[in-house]
Amino acid sequence: MLAIDSLVEKLGLATVLIVLLKMLVVFAVGLVVTMFMVWFERKIVAGMQNRTGPNKAGPFGLLQTLADGMKLIFKEGLMPDRADSFVFRLAPYLAFVPAFLVWTVIPLGGDFLHGKDGTIKIFGHRTFVQLADPPIGVLLLLALSSIAVYGIMLAGWSSGSKYPLLGSVRASAQMVSYEAALGLSIASVLLISGTLSTHGIVGGQNSLSKWSVIATGVVPFVIFMIAGTAELNRPPFDLVEAEQELVGGFNTEYSAFSFALFFLAEFMNTVTMSGVIVTLFFGGPQPVKFDLGRIHFNGDIHLGPFSGTVWFIAKVLVFLYVYVWLRGTLPRLRYDQLMNLGWKVLIPASLGWFLLLAAQRVASDNDWNKWLVSAISIVALALCAGLLTAAVRVSAKNRDREGAMF
Amino acid sequence: MQLFVFICAAVMILAGAVGVIVRSHPVHAALSLVLTLFGVAVMFVSQDAHFLAAVEVIVYGGAIVVLFLFVIMLLGVDRAESLRIDPVKVQRPLAVIVGLGLFGLIGGAIIEGRKTLTARGTGLDTATDAASHDSNIKQLANDLFSNHVFAFEVTSVLLVIAVVGTVLLARRPGKSGPVASAAEVAARTESTTGASAK
Repeated sequence: MLAIDSLVEKLGLATVLIVLLKMLVVFAVGLVVTMFMVWFERKIVAGMQNRTGPNKAGPFGLLQTLADGMKLIFKEGLMPDRADSFVFRLAPYLAFVPAFLVWTVIPLGGDFLHGKDGTIKIFGHRTFVQLADPPIGVLLLLALSSIAVYGIMLAGWSSGSKYPLLGSVRASAQMVSYEAALGLSIASVLLISGTLSTHGIVGGQNSLSKWSVIATGVVPFVIFMIAGTAELNRPPFDLVEAEQELVGGFNTEYSAFSFALFFLAEFMNTVTMSGVIVTLFFGGPQPVKFDLGRIHFNGDIHLGPFSGTVWFIAKVLVFLYVYVWLRGTLPRLRYDQLMNLGWKVLIPASLGWFLLLAAQRVASDNDWNKWLVSAISIVALALCAGLLTAAVRVSAKNRDREGAMF
Repeated sequence: MQLFVFICAAVMILAGAVGVIVRSHPVHAALSLVLTLFGVAVMFVSQDAHFLAAVEVIVYGGAIVVLFLFVIMLLGVDRAESLRIDPVKVQRPLAVIVGLGLFGLIGGAIIEGRKTLTARGTGLDTATDAASHDSNIKQLANDLFSNHVFAFEVTSVLLVIAVVGTVLLARRPGKSGPVASAAEVAARTESTTGASAK
């Protein structure tokens, strides 16, 4: 039971209240943030396309999502005749619940100034600004993303019609393929941090040069960003809802509240993925500190226990903007391009980089010459890459000669 | 608290296991299997084996059952089957015998090893050392990559062999020469079905 909050020594009324309060805050913030994310995305994309975007409901159209949500709740939920009624009703929740649960392990704030460990005090109890800090931390993210596959897969299948089935097979194949690259780039971060707990990962990144994005050498971050975008089924990897080919993808037959759940899950996943990127690679709620001789800044923005949250939100906003930016500017990939990128580029690259980092780690543990070890491992990896390219070329030639396998 | 969690998880596991057998629809049966796997994961968490729980969900729930579902959907066997029809006659009596045998084996093992089951062994105590957050994973990694490294490597070789075998099986026979185009295949199947109809 102590896994819920490792700082709680015994369960008392106050600790239970704190956990309940945190749950409530995480739930409410999750919903509200998602609501504004939809608005944010529509506004930014509108700006990129010289349109105005939503501007009628509320100031700057801020309440547009709320209005859309209300409309969807009051609509009639239709079910196709050939649908599998139980699975059809279950699927939206399977997509929605994992999206929410990711929030539980992301450190949302805390006091990291002057080398503090990020705990704050509520009602006289020291606690983290995150709902739970289980020992498996990051693995929970992977587990939840593998559960989210069920929602999409079953939604398409249970609709009992062709286009949703094709859309869901595509989506789940894509998610399963990119999960490997995602996991391998997370592994590089874990190698540096030496712990699985998200709080530990954030705690280790206490200066700019210790941010995982720099400590792991940028490549894992780039791979994680690409694989994460594919995992979210967002443009340019949104083949799942290629309108020209699939009508609306896996959720074609869904309407009213069930559709709202899918929609909400999709946008919430975008926000959580940005949160995960910030946590893993950019120090989460850690302040930005730099010291360039005359210009130096110790990250203190005079907000006490809230400063971590402010930093976290600022960092997340950057990535949310990047996601919207990608959507506004990149064309959609073709399916074979998507699979080639995932299996033949991202997985080998992330595995190779992981091995390189591991070799450096072994070298530093044994006091070997760092540069020599790096040079040897780079040569070995280059040889492997050459071999892989040759193999891919041979198989492409064979495919041309014999025709596609399927 | 421990007992409450145990009862909930046990109900999940048993309901899932019964569901796998009783549900006539393959997809429903696969989903029941997921329920069982989650129940087992809850059991692991309540025994402080967090890593095993995560791996259970990621590997079994996230990969293997998804694969089952893929096969069920893509092969088009996602129709309810009648449980009354028995394609292989000896299958059911044999299943009863094997089931009873397995039950007997597990029961025997529990009776035989009940002392070690109830005693708190040193292994479990060190694995859940409260001093370190990650002791669970560290112990597992140390054991796996030092004492059992040979078995570990052999297992990965086995997986590679399985992949190569799959690719070989999926390849069409007759390596040389162009393979029949879709039109030819269609024509051939049409002629055979036409012949059988006559």
